[in-house]
Amino acid sequence: MELELRGITKRFPGVVANDDVNLTIRSGEVLALVGENGAGKSTLMNILYGLYHADEGQIYVDGEPVTFESPGDAIAAGIGMVHQHFMLVPVFTVAENVVLGVEPTGPLGRLDRAKAHDQVEEISAQYGLHLDPEALIEQLPVGIQQRVEILKVLFRDAKIVVFDEPTAVLTPQEIEEFFKIVESLKASGRGIVFITHKLTEALRIADRISVLRRGQTVGEADPAEIDEVALAEMMVGRPVQLVVDKEPAQPRDATLQVRDLHVVDPTGRTLVDHVDFTVHAGEIVGVAGVQGNGQTELVEALTGLREILGGSVQVDGVDLTDSSPREVHQAAVAHIPEDRQRSGLVGAFTVAENMVLTRYHDDQFSDGIRMDWDTARSTATTLVEQYDVRTPSIATPAGTLSGGNQQKVIVARELSRDLRLVIASQPTRGVDVGSIEYIHAQVVLARDAGAAVLVVSTELDEVMALADRVLVMYRGRIVADLARDETTHNEVGLYMAGAKQQEPA
Amino acid sequence: MTDTATAPAPGDATPDDASGGLVRRLLARIDTTNAVVLPLLAFISALVIGTVVIALSDIDKLKEGDIGGILTTIKDAYLALPKGAFDGWRPLNETIVATTPLLLAGLAVAITFKAGLFNIGGTGQMLMGGMGAVWVGFTMNGPGILQVPLGILAGMVCGMLWGIVPGLLKARAGVHEVISTIMMNFIAASLVLYILKTDAFVREGRNDPISKLVTPEGRLPRLFGYLDRPELRAHIGFLIAIAAALFFWWLLERTTIGFEIRAQGANSSAARYAGMRPGLLIMTSFVIAGGFAGLAGASEVLGTQGRATQGFAGDIGFDAIAVALLGRSSPSGTALAALLFGALQAGGQKMQVDTGVPVDLVLILRALIVLFIAAPLLMKAIWRIKAEGAIAGPSFGGWGS
Repeated sequence: MELELRGITKRFPGVVANDDVNLTIRSGEVLALVGENGAGKSTLMNILYGLYHADEGQIYVDGEPVTFESPGDAIAAGIGMVHQHFMLVPVFTVAENVVLGVEPTGPLGRLDRAKAHDQVEEISAQYGLHLDPEALIEQLPVGIQQRVEILKVLFRDAKIVVFDEPTAVLTPQEIEEFFKIVESLKASGRGIVFITHKLTEALRIADRISVLRRGQTVGEADPAEIDEVALAEMMVGRPVQLVVDKEPAQPRDATLQVRDLHVVDPTGRTLVDHVDFTVHAGEIVGVAGVQGNGQTELVEALTGLREILGGSVQVDGVDLTDSSPREVHQAAVAHIPEDRQRSGLVGAFTVAENMVLTRYHDDQFSDGIRMDWDTARSTATTLVEQYDVRTPSIATPAGTLSGGNQQKVIVARELSRDLRLVIASQPTRGVDVGSIEYIHAQVVLARDAGAAVLVVSTELDEVMALADRVLVMYRGRIVADLARDETTHNEVGLYMAGAKQQEPA
Repeated sequence: MTDTATAPAPGDATPDDASGGLVRRLLARIDTTNAVVLPLLAFISALVIGTVVIALSDIDKLKEGDIGGILTTIKDAYLALPKGAFDGWRPLNETIVATTPLLLAGLAVAITFKAGLFNIGGTGQMLMGGMGAVWVGFTMNGPGILQVPLGILAGMVCGMLWGIVPGLLKARAGVHEVISTIMMNFIAASLVLYILKTDAFVREGRNDPISKLVTPEGRLPRLFGYLDRPELRAHIGFLIAIAAALFFWWLLERTTIGFEIRAQGANSSAARYAGMRPGLLIMTSFVIAGGFAGLAGASEVLGTQGRATQGFAGDIGFDAIAVALLGRSSPSGTALAALLFGALQAGGQKMQVDTGVPVDLVLILRALIVLFIAAPLLMKAIWRIKAEGAIAGPSFGGWGS
């Protein structure tokens, strides 16, 4: 089967998301579609999957023009999609999830569980997915859940399988497993589209690479002939620096001291399990770990957003256990939250208003009752300039900016004051390459200015690039404390997967 | 979707810009200016459907198939509305009288919308405010310069006290404010009935629930008193309402509390992250709301009516929700929406007298306007606005939160 997208154009109010995009996908090969966030990758795939309709252009299957009015049409034509956010029913079993919507039924529409079980088992064995049809989804790790998504697609007999950022939620070891599955799909004659912004992975697995930039296909590359730097340049449109440029750390006194920190959820389940660590002034400590291993709750506990059950948090000797977010802020602690849309910004507020969101209470911006908007606006103007925020004006609603620029607003607001401690959670999630470089440089600057820095990220590359010391969180505990220079991606990956644990010192 | 395209791509100008360009650009503008256009379209849509109601109300002409006659009735009715609202001292006066409590109570709802909350309790807060105000109104006997401000203050404070309760219940116990404010309305209604029958309040010689008369010194001065026309009963409550709208603007745009309230309403988890205290903000919003509604009650009993009865608040507390919705909770929008509803009310009387179209048409128009405002997608479909970005619906927190 050959699938061709020809001259696809899709406009949204104010933007052209896809501009005359051409793409061909053939059976038995892996096509990597790379591009920054906002380049139009997902829009293109949503058109292919029948979720959007192209304003111009045509989709061809084996040379015949086709129209997909809905995902149902696309599925019928043999296209399957594994979404970044899984579409599974947590309380159903693997088999139930797989057959959902196309259930094998007996007389009177009775669900034929035995048949479902057998079919699922058969496909699982065929492609080496190692899935237990009777396992409950909610009890499976993310990596396994992803395989259920893959099985769903195969069950519907997809000839072309689209993966949208499939490795984002996986550990390095799970990524290896995933690549094996991709290979077996390819060997079975299926066409694979692999959407990613991680260039190493595209180079590793793809037979061909298509690069999207600002809605246009800027070129195709042969992974055998191009390297990461050249590919990054194609993607961004200018030379980029892939490594963080920093001097060796000069750690001084202990700034953040966390002792025996214990956090539970409302049902009493332990989220952060008696954690001990220290961050010194002048060093960046990275916390690695697969999403959902207590990092979020750790940061919330440190910043006053979550109740602490036991243990203590001190910043430069000042006790901040059970402090409010305001008190933490006033103790010269910056917090870049993990989800800028949910909590870092008020999207409906202007850039200027967002620039003072955590600081409006400072003497500089208010007398306690009235806001000093003149000062706020002039500060915002300065910060927009200084931190290279690309915005039409400071009166523009922050929600309309690109992800990278939204993040720069937060970084500008949080880092542009004298700080003892910086807590940065997922500082570059969903941010374009140019902004990543910039934000990383700012984090290093904060370190060099003498602040202690704690970076929490589920992107191992980010932790390894930024950190002077690496902590690994697994199931709420810190299972490793490693000097960056003395460890490898592979070793950290093993700790992340829980396959390895340091003996407590 | 992670890939919401943001980069304005090159080659934005498309070939067909020349032909359909103007229309498309106009339609694209509708999206961006929907704070004005959407209510306007809703109003026009309501008027259009209103013609059907008028036609149906004139059943005789309809039976005779007198299309011309029906069209005349429709024309006369719609002309009578603005005439009855604005044409001359008396219509203007009636519009002002109707607008005043709607604006004050509308602000009481708008402030909670801004904080992401529903205030269905305007009626109860008005009633309690009216009780406080009327008590000062009939017990003191001048001088007016003291009694009037005290009466207004009493109304505001009583409204605030009534507003604290749902705020407290929500902040401390998580009770949904829609439930608690509705319940507080029932409690207020019963309480007013009781208070009005106590010896301290009940008028001599009456045993129905009606309060003593507010002393002449305690009445709000009339706006057009210098014209020496007693039927022009509009009073300074209108100025208080306008001052309240200005205060509302100042509070939201110029103060730290206003900034916090707006942040809480727009993104409560960002507000919490930023060190704001949601519980305190919920309380504050409801206290301010109660203050506005209390002023509405005071303005009614001290100005328009000169006494309190059990039903003096009428449906104003509920109409206020429509006013705030239509005005998108902004001070100017709420003021304009209150004026529109007030004018419809005043004009409706004249319409009924002149054309025989029942005044209930006004209620239907109001309801239709609110319905259309609440259904932006429906408006889009009716007016064939094709832009893909959906028109934003009214902003307030959902039921679940």
